[in-house]
Formats: sequence, structure tokens, C-alpha cells
Amino acid sequence: MADEFNLVEKSRIMDSAAINRALRRLATEIVEKNHGAADLYLVGIRRRGVPLAERIRDKIEKLEGERPLYGILDITLYRDDLSTVGANPIVNRTQLDEDIEGKNIILIDDVLYTGRTIRAAMDQLMDFGRPKKVQLAVLIDRGREHRELPIQADFIGKLVPTKQTEIIKVMLKEFDELEGVGIFELPQE
Amino acid sequence: MEKPFRRRDLLGIRDLTAAEITGILDTAETFGEISTREVKKVPALRGKTIINLFFEASTRTRTSFELAAKRLSADAVNISVASSSLSKGETLVDTAMNLDAMAPDCIVVRHSSAGVPHQLAKVSKAAIVNAGDGANEHPTQALLDAMTIREHKGQIEGLEVAILGDILHSRVARSNIHLLTKLGARVRVAGPRTLVPKDFKYLVAAGGNPSGSEDVRRGISHPSDTLPTGRVSASAARDPQLEVSDHIEEAIHGADVVMILRIQRERQDSAYFPTLREYAIHYGLTNERLDLAKKDAIVLHPGPMNRGIEIASDVADSSRSLILDQVKYGVAVRMAVLYLATGGQPTSE
Repeated sequence: MADEFNLVEKSRIMDSAAINRALRRLATEIVEKNHGAADLYLVGIRRRGVPLAERIRDKIEKLEGERPLYGILDITLYRDDLSTVGANPIVNRTQLDEDIEGKNIILIDDVLYTGRTIRAAMDQLMDFGRPKKVQLAVLIDRGREHRELPIQADFIGKLVPTKQTEIIKVMLKEFDELEGVGIFELPQE
Repeated sequence: MEKPFRRRDLLGIRDLTAAEITGILDTAETFGEISTREVKKVPALRGKTIINLFFEASTRTRTSFELAAKRLSADAVNISVASSSLSKGETLVDTAMNLDAMAPDCIVVRHSSAGVPHQLAKVSKAAIVNAGDGANEHPTQALLDAMTIREHKGQIEGLEVAILGDILHSRVARSNIHLLTKLGARVRVAGPRTLVPKDFKYLVAAGGNPSGSEDVRRGISHPSDTLPTGRVSASAARDPQLEVSDHIEEAIHGADVVMILRIQRERQDSAYFPTLREYAIHYGLTNERLDLAKKDAIVLHPGPMNRGIEIASDVADSSRSLILDQVKYGVAVRMAVLYLATGGQPTSE
């Protein structure tokens, strides 16, 4: 994807080991704050939130000996820019096989930026039922000053204050050639 | 790679590439899940207006389009011929332009004359979706049939499909023949000689002709079964993807899918066969005839069924009959078509 827009990588802020350490800490914090893994329901937001949720799930199982419930949200049909973008984006399947009613949901995404994706995810979640609680875990938080909605993360892998012209790319082996997090920018004219 | 479906109008299967068809079917599979939810509604088409303009009676298709629109949060308005200005003498184009002035995003149209959707597409700013035009095409029916086949057989390529009955009057048959052959199935059609046009075997070769589909896009509709015979390509002649059988037993033999067409009593102005009873005896799908097909063959019927005429009741009610699955997938297919016609992109992963 980076190549598609001729993006230039300014700096690499995380490698594969750093991502793994951050996810391990996120898993620990999640079980600590929620007093264990009972009733936990991890929900990954497509696309890159999905493998992150799977990895956090594995780590929680190692810590607690209990495997949290797990689901996938595709927020495309809940986007607030569907009518303004020329062509609607690609839709993929949402999978919430277990009932979310009364569960303790941890939404998981790669980057928190404007907060609009999370708004869409929460709206979709509410159409599936009434969870007891919804918390948000992200690998990268780009900082509060970019937020366009009053949404904050409960668990943050790494806080990376960025400029609006910069683009954060989380690369995961499930989708990309290598693992890491980089700050990219469009080439200057 | 071929481009995915991103047409404004869906006028017929004949205009689509295999990649476009697959893109619609993949999207429909994704949308199928929405109808299984407790809250069967997503906000994707909020604020969009869809008009269902039906000049012909329809319960299933109209309801299916209406539910599809509503499950995507679009506002759907139904207009049926009895309440329309056409009965007051307004021309079709005037009706369309008046509706267009109210700024709908999509008009779903059914008409007893072939080419009406193409005509509307020329004058309307809204996306036009063909819900059946005369004996020409019924694209969403072919798409939902294909989705049903895919769900049960995994894929369409390589399958043997028998289409039986009133081929002459059937837009369902035409759309299905285009779709199934484009996706690599082999189709055999059979029925009474009077209802199976001999030239039908040339339909595929003609439909594959790019200049032919250009005509359709420009709104010129030629009944495909009268196309000149010289257009058949050499490869199609060597390995025919479409065959016309004289006996329905021959068509059913070894088939993976048996598709029964409805006897369209309302369209038969002259006598194509002596009596319904005789039709049932010679051409009705009975368990005995179905035994000629593969053991795991599935039976499709576009509805509404004439029980005891083209299909025996015990066949219709058997586990091999997927008639209600077809109806279920119809909503998913129409959600996908409405989403794509109003600007969406197909599912790809």
C-alpha cells in the first residue's frame, strides 16, 4: 500500500519484536484491569485489527489459561463518509458468532486517529446487542489533537504524536511483507 | 486482472464479464449475513431513494427488492402499474423523467416489453436495475440462482446444468444461460419443440460478441433467439457450452443442477402444447425423471410454481429442491446490486 501512493518512509518506530512486546503488555493490562479473562470478548476491526486481536487473544490465554471470545467487525457499511466518497469501499463480512449481550467487549484496532472508525464500530456493535461494557485497545495512538470525536483508548501500545501530513503504517505479516510500524509522508513537490 | 463490477446500471447479465459477476456474488455473500442478525439493518444507503417501478405483477421480486433496500436503510417507494400515470396515457419516457425529477438514486424496473430498462437508462440520471423485461433478461434472478448453486456446489465452473420448460418466453432462462456459460458451466435446454427456439444454441456465441453487448448498452434490444446463425464462433461449435436437447430426459441425464421454468400461462396467446395435463405428463419434473440426474443434483425453480404441472409436488418438497434458498439468497443478491449500483465496490479478499 505504501508504494501505491509513492509514500516516503521517514522513520521506523517499531519492529516486529517491539510490536510483540507492546501486544504482550496490552494483554497484561487488559486482564489486570478486567480482573481476569472471564466475560472478555475481543473484537478486531478489519483489516489490521483482526490479526492484532488474534495475537492478544493468544497472549491472554497464556496469562490466564482461559481463551476470551473473539469476533470480527467490518465497519464499511457504518462509515459516515459513504455518501461523500465517490465509490463506496469494499465490504467484508462481520463475524460475531457469540452473542455480545452482557459481555465485556474489547475493541481492537491498529491505529487511533480521528476516532471515526471507532464510532462506526460502536454503532455496529450496538445493532448486535447490549454489551455490559466496551473498551478500546489500539497498537498506536496518534494523539488527542487529531480526534474529531470524543473517543479515547483504554489501552495503548504506543503513543506517537504526529503531524496531519504524516501517515502511520502498521505492517503485519498477515497482510504485508514485513512487520513493523513506520511514519510515512507524501513526497514534497 | 479484470475490473470489478462498478456499473451504474444493471440491465442484463449479457453485458457483464465473469469477473463482474463473481464480484456481485462475493458481495452478496457478505450481505447475506446481515439478514441473519437480530437487527437486520445497516446504515449503508441511508438517505438514498430507490423506486421500484413495476409494470407487471410481482410479489416475490418486488418484496425482495423492497426488503433489500430497507435492510440497507434506503427509502424505498413502490409504484405498480394500476396506480401509475401510464394508465392515464402518459408515455413511459415521460413517467421516467417525472420520477427522475424527484431525484431517486436508483430505479428498479420491471416491464412486459424487452428493452424498457435500457430505454430508461438513456433518459434517467438514476441507476437503472432491470427486474425483468419481457422475454429478454431478469439479471437478479440469474444472480440469485448462481448464488444458490455456489452455496451448494462450491463453484459453477464445470457443472452440467439442465434448464427445462418454456424457454421461449423465459427471461430467466436467457439471463441464466449467459451467466452460467460465462462462469464455465455447460447448459442444456429442453422442453416442447414449440417452446424451445432452435436457434438458442447460438445465444452464447452471440452474447459473447462485444458488439452485441454494446447494442444492449445503447438500448437496442434484439430478441437473442433471432440472431443470425453466422455469428457462432468456431470454439463454441467445437465444445458447445450450450446445447438444445430434444428430450428432457436427455438434458437431465447426469446433470448437477436441474432448473425448472414456470409455464407462463399468461404469456401463451397461442397453443404451444395441447393441455396442461399433457405438458405435465411429458415435461413435468417427477422423481423418476430426476433420478436420471447426478445423485447429489439440486433442483431450482424461479417461482411461482405450478405444482403438478412443470414440477411434481413431491419433487418441490424434497430436500433436493432449493426453491426457498433461492428466495433467501434473492434478498442478499439485491442488496449487493443496489449497493453496487449506487456506488459501492464489490467484496474482495
